[in-house]
This record gives sequence, structure tokens and C-alpha cells, in this order.
Amino acid sequence: MTRENVVRTINGLLTEEFEIEEKAISSDAHLKDDLGLESLDFVDIAVIVQKEFGLTLKGEEMTSIRTLGNLYDHIYTCIQKK
Amino acid sequence: MNRVVITGTGIYSSIGKNLAEVKDSLMAGKSGVFLDMERKAYGYQSGLTGRVERPHLKGILDRRSRVCMPEHAEFAYMSTVEALREAKMDSEFLAGNEVGILFGNDSSTPPVIECVDIIRQRKDTTMVGSGSVFQSMNSSVTMNLSVIFQLKGVNFTISGACASGSHAIGMGYFLIRHGYQKTIICGGAQEVNLFCVGSFDALGAFSKRESEPEKASRPFDRTRDGLVPSGGAATVILEDLDSALKRGAPILGEVIGYGFSSDGIHISVPDVEGPMRAISMALKDAGLQPGKIDYINAHATSTQLGDQNEARAIDELFGKYKPVVSSTKSMTGHEMWMAGASEVVYSLLMMKDSFIAPNINFTEPDEFSSKLNITPVMLRKNIDIFLSNSFGFGGTNSCLIIKKFD
Repeated sequence: MTRENVVRTINGLLTEEFEIEEKAISSDAHLKDDLGLESLDFVDIAVIVQKEFGLTLKGEEMTSIRTLGNLYDHIYTCIQKK
Repeated sequence: MNRVVITGTGIYSSIGKNLAEVKDSLMAGKSGVFLDMERKAYGYQSGLTGRVERPHLKGILDRRSRVCMPEHAEFAYMSTVEALREAKMDSEFLAGNEVGILFGNDSSTPPVIECVDIIRQRKDTTMVGSGSVFQSMNSSVTMNLSVIFQLKGVNFTISGACASGSHAIGMGYFLIRHGYQKTIICGGAQEVNLFCVGSFDALGAFSKRESEPEKASRPFDRTRDGLVPSGGAATVILEDLDSALKRGAPILGEVIGYGFSSDGIHISVPDVEGPMRAISMALKDAGLQPGKIDYINAHATSTQLGDQNEARAIDELFGKYKPVVSSTKSMTGHEMWMAGASEVVYSLLMMKDSFIAPNINFTEPDEFSSKLNITPVMLRKNIDIFLSNSFGFGGTNSCLIIKKFD
């Protein structure tokens, strides 16, 4: 899977499942401040990432993910390590 | 002590999704019962149930709110929006006043099943998601609605089996009467999904009259063969009289009596004495003689012994006066945790428009119901004061007396 695929999948989930407007989505968007996501939403993001990419996001890893770009990178790096 | 009045009501049930639809159904004697073949496929002894559609809340509530709500909280959201509108309470009022919430509820089945299924299958709790814990707790309705409506007052759920909704109104009445709160959103909610009454069906307590769903719920009738489960939600907003008058709120009725008791005998077999004590306590609380009750909205669910014992209790206390009796469960089915609240809403609709909803399917009385003044047809009659009975498993009994405001 390419990084582009990761970006497309995550963006699609954010707009469909989390009802975030497309115009708010960018690589440097802050998950909390710009996209309005809260700690409970990260629990659901972890479920979605597991279903879509077969990856388990651990709580301590999630704390270092601040922007959407961080999330794309983290998922892509994990996929490459698999 | 404060006088406690009702300033708003809302309903979402098998016989209508709002007050206007429900009033029409009550007047027409319309049944909300159908045969759910999906239940039969899962081995239910009876697939009969009330039909209640799940509301579409996408675009109305944000994702976070929706993710945390089981279906009965959605029903309760719908009935509460309607009640707040009727009570003329907007978001500004809710933000500026200490408004509480007390709902009756006693189960939330699918979130529990789904959570356990995931944990068993995946051996990983992180796959459960964020909404499950809030959906599965018994207090799901009050926790969700208190956040959605930004309430600042009392906030908890009352679990009293099939008397839950009635006890919620009774508790709200006490809190306002004794000055602890000025306004409380009371009510009851009941889930209707595929698995919610599977364990109840196991007892063989449901009607098997599957060939005639609309005739299956027949409280007090000699040929009754069990209850029909149903659900939805009902909201009854209680307010102290002074606040209601100051706001210029519509006053739909006054709660003047609440009585409660426990049979203390059996987990499922209903009693005569326990309900009689609750009714007597409500009458005493209201300062009324039995002859002052114009209408009794009976608990009668269409079970053999339950209806028989309630008929005996009513006859014992009201036999001389013969107030009109009907069980609206003949139309709605048994709305269980919600029933005590919904039946207050149904009775208030009757009081407002001077009619008594029929006890449909009451074609032939038995030895005990023959002593009561049960109406199988809609009656045009003024109601000044009504009694609403609610009884439940474990012998919990709750009785409310409500009076037209003057």
C-alpha cells in the first residue's frame, strides 16, 4: 500500500465516519484543534485503523500523533514494517 | 410544600411518533402490534411486538452524541424534544436554570452483546470502540440526554422493572414537592430490538396469538394468553407551580399523589395486597376518597394472573364507585420500563380532550374483570382526576394520581 492510499483511506473515513468537512482536511491539520477530535474519537480511530490496515495502535503511540500528517506517517511506517 | 404540575409531554411509541399521532390512535383504538418474523427465526416462542421505528438523527445530533446512544436513548431524545417544545423550554432556559432529569430504564441489550462478542472473538478490548460503555449502562438515557440538553440539576436513572417510568415521575414529584428542584424532565424508555426481550420470552409469558397480532394484547379479556412486548419513550416535564405560572407555561395537569410498595412475596407472581397498598398510599397522599377517581389507566398487561389480581385490587378499593377502567396496553403492547411514563402521557391526552381510550380486544370478561367498569370502546367523558397503575417484577408497585389543573 502506498502512502497515497493511506492518505485517501484516512481522509475518506474522516469525512464519512467522523463527518469532518473536506476543506478542513490537510496534512498539517491538528487533530484536536483543527479537526475537533477528542480522546474518545481516538478510541474509534484505533478501531478503524485496525479494520482498514490490520494495525493495532497503542495508546502511548497515539499520544505522539498530533497532526493528520503524523497519523498518515505512523500508519504508513507500520505498514512498511509488517 | 410545593405543588407539582406537568408543563410538557412527549411521546414516541408504537401507536405514533408524537402527541398528535398518538391521540388519534388512542381515539381510534389502533393497535401498534405486529409479528416480527426475525424473532421467530431466532427461536422466540412469540414474535409479537410493538413496531417502533428508529429515528434518523444524523444531521440532527453530532456524531459524538449519536455514537453514545442506544436506540431507547434515541427514542427518549425524540420524546424529550417534543416535551420541551410543549413546555416552552428553550436552550436558554435550560442553560439558565437548574433542570434535572430522571428516567426509568432497566436494560440496554445490544451494546452489551456486541461488546462481549468483540472481546470473545478478538481478545482485544480496544476493538470495542468508544460508544459501547455509554450505550450499555443502565443510565444511558439520562447520561446522554443530560449532556445533549446541557442540564444542570438532578441526574440519574430509576430501575424498577415495569414500574420504572412511573417511579421516575414519582421521584421527580417528591423532589419538587419538597423543594429540592424546580424543574425535572421525567420519563421512561424501552428498547425494542431483536434480542431485548429474549430472556423474557423464555418464560413463556408472551401472547402466542400470532395469527392476529392486533388482537393479541387483550387485557382483562377472558381469552387473554399473555403480554405483547413493546417500547419507545415518553417524557413528562414536572415543574413547581410557582415557576410554571411565572413562565406562563401551559399546565397540563397536577401530580397530587404517588404511592409505592413492594409485594415482598415472589420474583414474578403478582400480588393483590401489594398493589392495593400502593394505590391506598397514593390516595392518602392526594387526600382523596376512592370515589373521586374518574378514570383508572390500569397496569393490566394481558397476563392471566396479573390482570386478575389487579382487577381484584381495583374492585376491592373502588368497587362501590366503578370508575372507568382501561388498559392502553391493549393497543400499545406492554411498554415495560417506559409504560409508567407513557401511560401518564396517554391519560393526559385523554384528560385534555375529554375522552377515554378503549381497552380494545376486551370482548368477554372473566370472573374478576366482570366486576370492573372496563370500556372496550372510546368514551367521550370528562376526566378531572385519574389514577395510573404500574407494577413490575420483584413485586414493585407504583401508582400516580393526576388532577386537572384549576
